[in-house]
Amino acid sequence: MWKDRLIKAIFFWAASTSILVVACIFFFMGKETVQFFQEKGFSDLWEIRWVPVSFQKQLFGILPLVTGSLLVTILATLIALPFSICGAVYISEVAGKTEREILKPFIELLTGIPSVVIGFFGLVVLAPLVKNTFNLPTGQIALTGALLLALMAVPTIVSISEDALRSVPRSYKEVSLAIGASKLQTILRVTIPAALPGIIAAVMLGMGRVIGETMAVMMVTGNSAIITASPFESVRTMTATIAAEMGEVPFGSLHYRALFVVGFVLLVATFILNMVAQRVLKKYRMA
Amino acid sequence: MYLFFFSTKFYDLEKELIVRKIQLIHLLSAFSALIISIALLSVPRDGVSAKETEKKYLTVKGSDTMVHLVSAWAEDFMKVHPDVEISVTGGGSGTGIAALINRTTDICASSRNIKQEEIDLGKQKGVNSEETKVALDGIAVIVNPSNSVSVLTLEQVRKIYTGEYGNWSQVGGPRQDFIILSRESSSGTYVFFQEHVLEKKDYTPRARLMPATSAIIQTVSADKSSIGYVGLGYALEAQGKVKMLSIKANDAAKAVLPSESVVKSGEYSISRPLFLYTNGAPTGTVKEFIDFCLGKQGQEIVRQAGYVTIN
Repeated sequence: MWKDRLIKAIFFWAASTSILVVACIFFFMGKETVQFFQEKGFSDLWEIRWVPVSFQKQLFGILPLVTGSLLVTILATLIALPFSICGAVYISEVAGKTEREILKPFIELLTGIPSVVIGFFGLVVLAPLVKNTFNLPTGQIALTGALLLALMAVPTIVSISEDALRSVPRSYKEVSLAIGASKLQTILRVTIPAALPGIIAAVMLGMGRVIGETMAVMMVTGNSAIITASPFESVRTMTATIAAEMGEVPFGSLHYRALFVVGFVLLVATFILNMVAQRVLKKYRMA
Repeated sequence: MYLFFFSTKFYDLEKELIVRKIQLIHLLSAFSALIISIALLSVPRDGVSAKETEKKYLTVKGSDTMVHLVSAWAEDFMKVHPDVEISVTGGGSGTGIAALINRTTDICASSRNIKQEEIDLGKQKGVNSEETKVALDGIAVIVNPSNSVSVLTLEQVRKIYTGEYGNWSQVGGPRQDFIILSRESSSGTYVFFQEHVLEKKDYTPRARLMPATSAIIQTVSADKSSIGYVGLGYALEAQGKVKMLSIKANDAAKAVLPSESVVKSGEYSISRPLFLYTNGAPTGTVKEFIDFCLGKQGQEIVRQAGYVTIN
């Protein structure tokens, strides 16, 4: 009947708008990126200094920005991992029903806090704390940023990992307990390895969220564009660069296009992370 | 048994048909509501706001340094002219000039001169930027109150910010590395400092680019080996939390502590004019506002905000 076809068409359009939007974003970012490469070459991006505003020579090296983002993301993931895995294991395996009912909503609450509020908290509370704990001249370093990002990544990783852990068939746990393993041994040797693909996907999704975080890192990392692997130095992430500089650029200038290149790199990175994570999750659920 | 099965199956089918009908009705009504609201929103409203009795809107965008001053001006202006509504935003002088060129603001507040490339870009887009000097400002170099250093020459400040000096002991302070604080590159203060103090050299990559003046003040008051630069108004407001350095133009000159009088007399070496830029000569409400800022009441507000009057 034509009514059926009409409804199918409407639903199809509603679903495809999201694909359309993503395609449009890629197209418009790509357009400006390509225009950058018409004036400057790829080697210009490979510089070790990012100096977009200068009386001497404009340098658009994105290496410091990429390493800054990577350092903060990797640190944040390393910090978040133990907390989130232990949290997920506790909620799905160990906690009683009432405990679970209380814990889960509170963890979900963390996702609801605006990132600028978390950044403010970091600037006023966490940075001095880090400074005094490690006896540093200042608390505005990559480590503080990583701690804040870990705070934001934990709820994401916990919910998906908990999902994955609960999907482990009961028969696995029952068999393990039946042959005499303790609960801890079951969790460590049977449940977690069985849920491992899901946990890895959860971590990747958490990383995807963290790499795109802007306000919190902008307020606490100090934003100096240096290439460093030390968590005690100030770094500049790609996201903070775009947020801080996009307001001022004259529309259509080289600096404007360079920022689009940075944005495009960020877009591609998060896209790949999310796609791989979704693939792993899908495969895991079907397994 | 067979009849029972048959009747329940029929019942389900009927129920499903009804449910589908309801869903269709819901969908169609939501769809039509969406279309109607989009149609209503896209009706042009030019006819309504062109009336003289309606409120006049004015936007001022730009310098973070000037945002308190411009807000104070806007508030008092709106008290005298209740039919005008002014919106003031910061974001940096660069942001304001970009907005003026893109025609997304009526007035741009800038703590630096407009650059030649920006003038050219504006002309390309049919915008003729017109400059009006409205106040003077000094840039204070601030350090933590517990820092033993009180005087620096311009050259020393330059060497600190370009990265030539790395340690406070090189300028007579304790043996600690500098924590160098700066504004973001969108700030007029950043560009002015670069042009006049750094003599157009680049900032060291180790300089930390803070998102706003208040962040610099917060960090300087908390971290003992930090050094930063802020507008005089902000430094005076944060008197107990930060210490202003006296600046010597060169080794032989007198050390001058920034204050209103020395900025006006020109004795203080790091001072600059503050501007309001408009597209073409100011007319109408824009002209009324700028005249207000230059007038007696406006300049009194300048003094109260910690800046320096132009006359």
